[in-house]
Amino acid sequence: MSNSALIQSSLAKKYWMAATGLFLCLFLVGHLAGNLQLLISGEEGLLQFNEYAKFMTSNPVVMILSYLTYISILFHAIDGFVLTVQNRKARPKNYAYSKPSENSLWTSRNMALLGTIILVFIILHMRQFWYVMHWGPIGVDSAGNKDLYTVTITAFTDGTFGLLYTIGYVVAMVAIALHLSHGFQSAFQSLGLRTDKLKKAIIIVGYIFAMLIPLLFAIIPVYIHLTH
Amino acid sequence: MTKLDAQVPEGSIDQKWTNHKNNIRLVNPANKRSIDVIVVGTGLAGASAAASLAEMGYNVKSYCFQDSPRRAHSIAAQGGINAAKNYQNDGDSNYRLFHDTVKGGDYRSRESNVYRLAEVSSSIIDQCVAQGVPFAREYGGLLDNRSFGGVQVSRTFYAKGQTGQQLLLGAYSAMSRQISKGKITMYNRHEMLDLVIVDGKARGIIARNLITGKIEKHSAHAVVICSGGYGNVFYLSTNAMGSNATAAWKTHKKGAYFANPCYTQIHPTCIPVSGDHQSKLTLMSESLRNDGRIWVPKKKEDAEAVRNKTLKPVDIKAEDRDYYLERRYPSFGNLVPRDVASRAAKERCDAGYGVNKTGEAVFLDFASAIERYGKTEAHIHGLENPSKEEIIKYGKQVVESKYGNLFEMYQKITDDNPYETPMMIYPAVHYTMGGVWVDYNLMTTVPGCFAMGEANFSDHGANRLGASALMQGLADGYFVLPYTIGDYLSEDIRTGPISTESPEFDAAEKEVKATLEKLLSIQGTKTVDHFHRKLGLIMWNKCGMSRNAVDLRSAMAEIRAIREDFWKDVRVPGQLNEYNSELEKAGRVADFLELGELMCKDALDREESCGGHFREEYQTEEGEALRDDENFMYVSAYEYTGDPGTEILHKENLEYEAIEVKTRSYK
Amino acid sequence: MKLKLKIWRQKNAAAEGKMVDYDISDVSSDMSFLEMLDVLNETLIKKGEEPVEFDHDCREGICGSCSLYINGEPHGPQKLTTACQLHMRSFKDGETIYIEPWRAKAFPVIKDLVVDRTAFDRIIQAGGYISVNTSGNTIDANATPVPKDDADSAFDAATCIGCGACVAACRNASAMLFVSAKVSQLALLPQGEVEANVRALNMVEQMDKEGFGNCTVTGACEAECPKGISLGNITRLNREYMKAKLNPVD
Repeated sequence: MSNSALIQSSLAKKYWMAATGLFLCLFLVGHLAGNLQLLISGEEGLLQFNEYAKFMTSNPVVMILSYLTYISILFHAIDGFVLTVQNRKARPKNYAYSKPSENSLWTSRNMALLGTIILVFIILHMRQFWYVMHWGPIGVDSAGNKDLYTVTITAFTDGTFGLLYTIGYVVAMVAIALHLSHGFQSAFQSLGLRTDKLKKAIIIVGYIFAMLIPLLFAIIPVYIHLTH
Repeated sequence: MTKLDAQVPEGSIDQKWTNHKNNIRLVNPANKRSIDVIVVGTGLAGASAAASLAEMGYNVKSYCFQDSPRRAHSIAAQGGINAAKNYQNDGDSNYRLFHDTVKGGDYRSRESNVYRLAEVSSSIIDQCVAQGVPFAREYGGLLDNRSFGGVQVSRTFYAKGQTGQQLLLGAYSAMSRQISKGKITMYNRHEMLDLVIVDGKARGIIARNLITGKIEKHSAHAVVICSGGYGNVFYLSTNAMGSNATAAWKTHKKGAYFANPCYTQIHPTCIPVSGDHQSKLTLMSESLRNDGRIWVPKKKEDAEAVRNKTLKPVDIKAEDRDYYLERRYPSFGNLVPRDVASRAAKERCDAGYGVNKTGEAVFLDFASAIERYGKTEAHIHGLENPSKEEIIKYGKQVVESKYGNLFEMYQKITDDNPYETPMMIYPAVHYTMGGVWVDYNLMTTVPGCFAMGEANFSDHGANRLGASALMQGLADGYFVLPYTIGDYLSEDIRTGPISTESPEFDAAEKEVKATLEKLLSIQGTKTVDHFHRKLGLIMWNKCGMSRNAVDLRSAMAEIRAIREDFWKDVRVPGQLNEYNSELEKAGRVADFLELGELMCKDALDREESCGGHFREEYQTEEGEALRDDENFMYVSAYEYTGDPGTEILHKENLEYEAIEVKTRSYK
Repeated sequence: MKLKLKIWRQKNAAAEGKMVDYDISDVSSDMSFLEMLDVLNETLIKKGEEPVEFDHDCREGICGSCSLYINGEPHGPQKLTTACQLHMRSFKDGETIYIEPWRAKAFPVIKDLVVDRTAFDRIIQAGGYISVNTSGNTIDANATPVPKDDADSAFDAATCIGCGACVAACRNASAMLFVSAKVSQLALLPQGEVEANVRALNMVEQMDKEGFGNCTVTGACEAECPKGISLGNITRLNREYMKAKLNPVD
């Protein structure tokens, strides 16, 4: 058994999918906590958010975590792609007539599609904020921090584009919710942790997580769009 | 006339096997590597033998017609496997198991073989548990037992209603291990179509690759036939659709004597026939008789009302029910042996008390068991005065845990809920005690050709007890043949590989091809199933649960006529060199058409009633079987002559030293 | 009742196949699904056409031979039921029924509805056994008590009939349910524990080699399994395999 089998076997691939997926769930929680500060209005909110943004781009621990996040996203996407290709190959000829809805949920069968939507969103999202934060053009607030707050508010309020972006953001959150509704519990299953005893609890927690986090994320741009 | 020599070793009954093992010749490990053994069939007998022989070092070639060895019909055995472990402390012993089996077989089995079977039975359970067979256990973690028909101890080990499946998968996994080591070469989807004899010894087989249709020659130093029974002669039986007699019958045609063909077991608890379209019958495990009570209405008018569906069985009062087994056989009640239970059901139905639309069904009722278990369970749950509903609720739970899968299966097939209304059952062909004649070493009259499991005749006499078939298959395969075959093969250590390039192989191959080509060339008007159904009906009506000389004679003539018509008017579609299941079926039915006649001939010859063979002319005033030990205490072994109707009968006299021959009574 | 059948016909492994329409009448609702096909075949033979080939044997739901994808589901619409135990009363008069073979790279079609499932055999050969030779001297069956719960769970896993419905149902044609049932059965028993690690590794390796897809936890296998083999077995396999990875054997 060579070490390369750590990623070669079907189960190992699934372990990595699960591990990176669960790590990204944690990331979502942290990201959400930061984003919620956008709901604080006025100068106070602006200063606090920009201070936070600066912390997130300069603290060494956070830096390590963020690199882990990039790697996780990349790995999750690539691993997911490889798995999907293999899965397609495993059934070269399809059924003339099939009723998969009789035995499984749509979300569980469309994780790759949902994942692709999410990946496109992440790329656009990073271009919009992460890239600007790092390489500009971006203004400076009264405390001397890069003014990511204003960039964000502008993105969701700037005329037609602001509306489209808000809608796009909400759609992406729906995709994340659906992806998580299957992915959360599925990750525990892949790691062998969804035992018969815990199964129900994991599924319920997974659904709550999958609804709550994207919902809170989605509230922010909608609120911004409507109030600014 | 050759004398049949059973090769039974000297010594007292409990020493014979030990003495024999101590005295037979062995093959040393280095020599085993240069010896090939062909094993045909992968049921309990075949799979266990193949695995054991390979473990010992022989090169095994294993054949099955199914797509995987795991699908052999042993898998469908439900109830359990007997072993004289005496775990229940009810006084069981090797002797008792031996005694019960000989008595159950109506004193028509070979004493020494049966004792050996009882003797190795305990090792089977040890072996299977070591293999990971998940037998039912009690809360203390130890193995559970249940009781079965015809005995008064609890010696049956089980895995819910899927014991055969679990045992077969155990043997299959042992086989798989040897396949992965290269010690067994597995030929799935291959059917043996002839035995090849070179210089008087079995040296190989001709097989058809069922995917490509290619006829192949396979050689070995010995051939072991474990191809199961021939119950499908009756068309409708509990056997699998593919179960067939071809391997055994071809062996017979090549010189192996066929013993006791008329001994057929008709199992009492099967789901009744529902219509003309029926392709097979489904068994409900005999274990159901532990808790189910069998009855028909006492009054004919009630029976008729039930048949017309104007009266529900649950509405018939207790005093209007005839629990006929409990009435006729008070000491064994519903747990009488299979032959007795089947005949009693037929007797009631023939008298007009049948309860389904065809009038061929009796009730198997769990209401009292549900109540009895419900009371105990309610007590365990601390209910002092449980209501009727509570009792029934708990009772159903217990019954479900014991027989849940059987009840489900019944409901799927019949659309009736057996928890609410009694099951309907009727006897059906289930097992054939007859088979290829073998000596104590399990060798047939063809040197180097062995037969095991249901394919041979040796252990069950005229009737097999429940949970004994699995025992025999595994005993033969794990613990008997692997030793006895060595005695024969010890002469072959210098033989070297057997070539398939010999006139004998070529001739056999040519003959097989010619037969198949003939079948394809007839292009008549009737399907194979047409002939099979016709044969089955004759066998069931005239050579089934009860037989008489007049019917048997006419059956033989009718079968001959069908056989002639078959070879003139059968239509087999497709080609030889392709996957062609109709061609497979045609070959099997052609053999059934010969074997069926021999079965009738044997039934006609045996002018007595014993076990599953009931001749109407030979019965007591109470309608019980009347054996004739003076004239018929022998094994009938037939020698093929080219025509089943004129086969030559050889007799192996049965001698009982360790057991007193008595009239079998379960009253 | 009368039915319209759409059946996959394919001459042999190399040939192209197609769906072919057949009309059938005189179907009784008491017939099993396979008996309905028997009737069709008898008519085809009489007409001089080739009958539809399909795998079947015991016809009582235990041998695992039947492998028909009926109306978009393995073994048809009735849950916990093999095709041979499916009865025509589950269908309506005049209904159209699609009948296809299992579809998976690892289960190539042999002819019509018959597929090659020897991949399953090879997976078992890779480690689905306990390495114990036959001998009359194994320890007494009751020498090692097994907790009833474990024995029962092992039995439940062991009831797998190896039909391949799990693979047929899975959108990825994954064999995880099949493999996990055997790994679970043996891992749950003290007799099988000894080889648990190497067994999990080898069986999964063989599964991957055969070209089955990956488990994406859709649960289709469990929902369509005629024997109700639980997804919990896959959970256990995932655990067993990880345990094996963390405890290298060589």
